[in-house]
Amino acid sequence: MSASEENPLLDEFTRKEYEFGFTTDIAADKLEPGLNEGVIRLISSKKNEPEWMLQWRLEAFRIWQTMEEPDWAHVNYEKPDYQAISYYSAPKSKVPLGSLDEVDPEMRATMDKLGISMEEQKRLSGVAVDFVMDSVSVATSFKDKLADLGIIFCSMSEAIQEHPELVRKHIGSVVPVKDNFFSALNSAVFTDGSFCYIPKGSKCPMELSTYFRINEAGTGQFERTLLIAEEGSYVSYLEGCTAPQRDENQLHAAVVELIAKDDAEIKYSTVQNWYPGDAEGKGGVFNFVTKRGICEARAKISWTQVETGSAVTWKYPSCILKGDGSIGEFYSVAVTNNAQQADTGTKMIHLGANTHSTIISKGISAGNSQNSYRGLVQIGPRARHARNFSQCDSLLMTDTSGAHTFPYIETKNPTAHVEHEATTSRIGEDQIFYCLQRGLTEEQAIGLIVNGYAKEVLNKLPMEFAVEARKLLTISLEGSVG
Amino acid sequence: MLKIDNLHARIGDTEILKGLSLELGAGEVHAIMGPNGSGKSTLASILAGREDYEVTQGSISFDGVDLLELDATERAVAGIFLAFQYPVEIPGVSNINFLRTALNSIREQRAEEPLSGKDFLAKVKACAQLVELDGKLRDRSVNEGFSGGEKKRNEVFQMAMLEPKLAVLDETDSGLDIDALRIVAHGVNSMRGADRSFLVITHYQRLLDHIVPDFVHVLAGGRIVHSGGKELALELEEKGYDWIVDAEAAEQA
Repeated sequence: MSASEENPLLDEFTRKEYEFGFTTDIAADKLEPGLNEGVIRLISSKKNEPEWMLQWRLEAFRIWQTMEEPDWAHVNYEKPDYQAISYYSAPKSKVPLGSLDEVDPEMRATMDKLGISMEEQKRLSGVAVDFVMDSVSVATSFKDKLADLGIIFCSMSEAIQEHPELVRKHIGSVVPVKDNFFSALNSAVFTDGSFCYIPKGSKCPMELSTYFRINEAGTGQFERTLLIAEEGSYVSYLEGCTAPQRDENQLHAAVVELIAKDDAEIKYSTVQNWYPGDAEGKGGVFNFVTKRGICEARAKISWTQVETGSAVTWKYPSCILKGDGSIGEFYSVAVTNNAQQADTGTKMIHLGANTHSTIISKGISAGNSQNSYRGLVQIGPRARHARNFSQCDSLLMTDTSGAHTFPYIETKNPTAHVEHEATTSRIGEDQIFYCLQRGLTEEQAIGLIVNGYAKEVLNKLPMEFAVEARKLLTISLEGSVG
Repeated sequence: MLKIDNLHARIGDTEILKGLSLELGAGEVHAIMGPNGSGKSTLASILAGREDYEVTQGSISFDGVDLLELDATERAVAGIFLAFQYPVEIPGVSNINFLRTALNSIREQRAEEPLSGKDFLAKVKACAQLVELDGKLRDRSVNEGFSGGEKKRNEVFQMAMLEPKLAVLDETDSGLDIDALRIVAHGVNSMRGADRSFLVITHYQRLLDHIVPDFVHVLAGGRIVHSGGKELALELEEKGYDWIVDAEAAEQA
């Protein structure tokens, strides 16, 4: 008996339309598909970039041309035709906007539909939002308040214009251009992203938030984010994504670099809900992201992610624990449904002495999806008394889905202490029946059980984000028990 | 209020209930006793709407409604509560959050307003006292790390919160020491009333010293083979089940 015969709800929800599948009709300034040096020069000149930036991009392009797309991840997909992608698209209204009222009404409607209207954000949560829609930031708020503290929070394009010395010094310092195929591509063609600089001793008083959105059909998104926390500073950064429905695969290859100087702390939280494609995975987003942070002495970086979207995910937010006594954390919930494939995890590279890392990964597999955890814990020869604790749990919702764990541990120091725990469980029919008997609907039951399972990770998210993430988990898995 | 007529049910190819008939009036407490494997827990599961069992024949009507047409959630909304023999653990979900979700889900389906936070907490306090449930247990994950006795007390606590019309207690006494048994029985007894019926399923007579039934039925071989008053339980304790089962077999022959 097939899963769908057993459970008509499963059928209903696997055919359910993607909740955020809508497109915004705004005239876009868009390049013809294709990638060559001319395209890179054009991107750079459209953005009025300095010469060093152009040269950096061109060097990255040359490196990328010598590289092969990686295929070691536990995912199957048809490799994109990189010459069929348009590498630049920007909304036409280019004049800097003074207030929300000046934002294109269509774009405002999109923001409202996403539930992230800026007024509401401002009023309810005190979040400064740098809203990125199709590569170019259209509105940035709270900038003045942050500026008083010396905090810079702006689009990457703006940072290249206004703070070229900071960008030039740090870009590519954590994720080198040649790190991998996708980081090289991103370095060559990135169009925008966020830049954040927290000066020495500053505690950023609000959660900084960016919403990325893929909007133009067939446009690759190459976001570039750079976050620098100077000595003794603190910042919490939120990133959330939804994307409109598509018929062709959309490539997303972002690069995020975090730099935490001595005694600094960075919390980086992501809720990712890109279009996963239809029930067969057709049309979903490819999410090939390189995220990495470097910790100097006693610094701390926490990655928290809730991944529910994309057709294919390839993503390993990592920490290089360079300074003595530095701390890296990775908390992840990855949900896959239908034909989704996710290969995600982290790398904790312990270089300094007394460095600590914690990895909590919760995978949830439904439908016919494949969900893999891949993690590396590496203890270098100087990393005396380094400690790692890893816990990787997998929850299977159906017997047609897969959960895989690929932990790699490399220790070159005998004083290291590395622990790894892993569990795999099947969502219990007994648990669901217990909930139903108490009057919960099946959707409520699954939402409750799954949120309970992922609680350790959800609790790491800032409050407003956690609420959104809980809803998302429930929506992603409605009726998916088979 | 509950009328079961000639119920036949099976799991896979194994027929477990073979023509069970039983009638419960409002406010009555009925005990079902019987040897292991006679179908007691099957009856409880079927009343609660567990889908593993297939009803092949017979009917169940509850307050005039065909119960077999309702799914498990609808039955809970209609006022049926099952105290599980083996209460399930739900890690990461606090007992309180679970109950609030349940209570408000039921209210919503009955087109009632959700209970305010204040009223809910007042109710929690009163119901927890009933079974001497520790505050810590209310806040911990549903049944996770609870002792056997705590789990059963938690079941009765939930019952008190949800105020069912028909409560089915499936071997609620199993795994209880005498103190816990007394607490659980006290909780149940204080909920007895003209609008609430109980079906108490048990293997042992000792629970019925504390929860005194109006009627006692013997379930054997998938049917009710003998019914009587509360004194029947004592007789069964003394003589075992064989004499009834044998007598029934002789009668059938």
